[in-house]
Amino acid sequence: MPADHVDWLRREGRIVIVGASLAGLRAAETLRAEGFAGELTLIGDEPYEPYDRPPLSKSVLLGKASPHRTELPHRREIDAKWRLGVAATGLDLSAKRVKLADGDEVEYDRLLIATGVRARPWLKADEARLDGVCLLRTRDDAADLYQRLKAGPRRVFVIGAGFAGSEVASACREMGVPVTVAERAGAPLVGALGGVIGAVAADLQTENGVDLRPHVTVTSLEGDPVGRVRAVHLSDESVVEVDVVVVSLGSVRNTDWLTGSGLGAGPRGIACDAGCRAFDFRGIVTDDVFVAGDVARSPHALFGYQFLSLEHWGNAVAQAETAAHNMICHGADRRPHLWMPAFWSSMFGVNIKSVGVPPMGDQLMITQGSLAERRFVGVYGYQGRVIAAVSFDNTRWLEFYARQIERGAPFPVEFPTMDRRPEGRQPVAADFPDPSLPTHGPTVTLTGYSPADQQLVFHPARH
Amino acid sequence: MTQAPLFHQITDFANRANPYPLYEELRKNPVLHEEEGGPYVFSSYWDIEALLHDPRISSDAANLAAGDDELSGPEATGLPPSFIRLDPPEHDRLRRIANSSFGPPHRPRRIDNMRGELGEIVTGLIDGFGDARQIDLVDQFAYPFPVTVICRLLGVPREDEPRFRAWVDPIVAGLDPDSRTSAESQRTAQEARLQLGMYLNGLVEQRAKEPRDDMLSDLVNSHGPDGAMTTMEVLSTAVLLLIAGHETTVNLITNGMLTLLRHPDILQRLSQDPGLSVKIVEELLRYEPPVQIVPQRTNITDIEVRGVTIPKGSRIWLVLAAGNRDPERFTDPERFDPDRGDIQHLGFGSGIHSCFGAPLARLETQIALSELARRLENPRLVADPPPYRQNAVLRGPRHLEIAFDGLRQAA
Repeated sequence: MPADHVDWLRREGRIVIVGASLAGLRAAETLRAEGFAGELTLIGDEPYEPYDRPPLSKSVLLGKASPHRTELPHRREIDAKWRLGVAATGLDLSAKRVKLADGDEVEYDRLLIATGVRARPWLKADEARLDGVCLLRTRDDAADLYQRLKAGPRRVFVIGAGFAGSEVASACREMGVPVTVAERAGAPLVGALGGVIGAVAADLQTENGVDLRPHVTVTSLEGDPVGRVRAVHLSDESVVEVDVVVVSLGSVRNTDWLTGSGLGAGPRGIACDAGCRAFDFRGIVTDDVFVAGDVARSPHALFGYQFLSLEHWGNAVAQAETAAHNMICHGADRRPHLWMPAFWSSMFGVNIKSVGVPPMGDQLMITQGSLAERRFVGVYGYQGRVIAAVSFDNTRWLEFYARQIERGAPFPVEFPTMDRRPEGRQPVAADFPDPSLPTHGPTVTLTGYSPADQQLVFHPARH
Repeated sequence: MTQAPLFHQITDFANRANPYPLYEELRKNPVLHEEEGGPYVFSSYWDIEALLHDPRISSDAANLAAGDDELSGPEATGLPPSFIRLDPPEHDRLRRIANSSFGPPHRPRRIDNMRGELGEIVTGLIDGFGDARQIDLVDQFAYPFPVTVICRLLGVPREDEPRFRAWVDPIVAGLDPDSRTSAESQRTAQEARLQLGMYLNGLVEQRAKEPRDDMLSDLVNSHGPDGAMTTMEVLSTAVLLLIAGHETTVNLITNGMLTLLRHPDILQRLSQDPGLSVKIVEELLRYEPPVQIVPQRTNITDIEVRGVTIPKGSRIWLVLAAGNRDPERFTDPERFDPDRGDIQHLGFGSGIHSCFGAPLARLETQIALSELARRLENPRLVADPPPYRQNAVLRGPRHLEIAFDGLRQAA
């Protein structure tokens, strides 16, 4: 009986969480908070207890916080078996078993996958191995990069001007370290916020002394005879001498270990329904495998039921809580995960925050403040409605715009707002790059197909 | 039988000791508008929260359709409005400059570094009770404590405090939105505000020549990316900080002790565990917020709330204290429960005008309540309810007589 099964599961079932970071920890806490009394196992490939990542590219690089002191606070005792420092390497869906790198296997009654993403490495492996070529995703990465910045390098080179890359550049400037940033697109942050806002970010960087190189790609990294990186070669044939290279090319979803498992997992994440239940490769929903955090891609009613994959802190928390709740309740009590996408960043002394899905917008209006002052709220429109908003040093208004998005409020924004300037009266093109051209990668990815896209031809099987 | 309109009952002193049944009435009609030209009164949590973040809502009296607020213009007072009565971008500029001498990122530890000093002031005041076995908490503790603190922070000599108390009282009275006494009390308030400004001007001139480690010096000598404040702006800001630092914390501490004395089990827990004061103060800000109403907003365009169109230029009252006990938002809202995990209260407002002094008010009240709980032996209320002040906006007891059996030693 299904009802009895849930009661049994809550009492003495075995739940395994793969991924011991923010989403994994919050899910574990929620399971216990909601009365799960069975056996709980957390598996993580890093040797550390769950830690917080946002400080790693900000205060940690400035030496204001220790990379070893960013543990996530525990909200409650979770009484879990921790399997840290060992990666999951495979999943047997029918036997309900997770395989580990040390050869062990862990059985589950319900599984939560929260393996997140990792930094996309430099594409040429031999160059990536040069001393001084760094990534920034983990605590160890941050500790290493901090040491290198503190040592006073001649110049740091950042490949990719997304949020992480731009935050690294900001930290460098604050520490007085010369820094060059290369970006394939025309400006920083364009993948996430579009060209109009990107131009503001570009001014911000150059005024703060960043040597910004848009419209270029890195062709190769050159090492010295002892294997330290010494120069970066660019597609415009220029060469920049450096001591440190930070590869900031977005992220790769940690789904490799699921290859062949039969789960609907691939480079764009693991597809799941709004209740966080994973799909198998046939598009059939599983009932005992759940997904949460950066690795998940789920449909969202506010955004045309597009599958969204969100690399946002708040999403990891909210999705983990929903997934955990749904894992141990009866079908009718399940909740959909319909979180309003939101993220923040800070760089060069400016607080940037966004709500909604900016890359879905095609038009932009500055409804408050001004681009020139770099203090503003920009509203993104899509097919006549408000779809997202971004603020530079104007965070406290965003809640209002989040509500506008929820209500499907009309775009352009016609009503007067406080501090509306003449420049904000007409919408302009938001100027997102062609999504088929790779940039550093935005932190929101629209991974679904719109029914309006008539690109596929479907041939039904003949019997 | 005709009853007075509900919004008049808000300012009616009869409801001061316990306004919460009235607030419950208000919430039954969440968009309350009873009189032509009268205010639109909002009392539900979600509406208030939304309006506090709405960029169509102004704090500038100049945007009111029917202006009996001409008294707040610079012509009448000689002092320009402080940033609490301004909209962006002016509001943002002034608040940022003020904040650069108060909080992060420029002075992230200014408040936390006062912890030891605050503890000493509190210890001194409690020691000052001497052999008495009954005190008036307001006069002997809850008032002098934050006044001493704000004077030190701003750089106002403590010995001048009695002089400006005479100015502060009418200014605070002028914040009461009672329409029947409004015009006259506002005139008195503006006069007092000007007097206080002139007094502060003397200090400001001094600090321009000889800066010290205080906020007045920082305000006078600010040269950040936003430029400097004019002297008039410094004076308006200083008056604002002095008033806000005066009255609100007094009420938070007094309401806090009153609430704890009505909940002896929690008082007992606090006396054992000073760390509990953090949760207690947050719950107090929900349960008995010192600022009960924000009566100074208007809309710059027609807006719609719950299907009702609020015409441009209307008076908007946000009854924070009613929203804080909205059962649509909080479980069991009439219960004082420091252990509730979900406590996103409106006690400090929200949005761009959210309380500037919140970090200081929190720390002061945490220290004050935990020390009182620890040191007073067997404290009890002499009168319940205690006598209240007239003010409906900044609500709190005028006196709070507490009897106790003795004082425990200072730590």
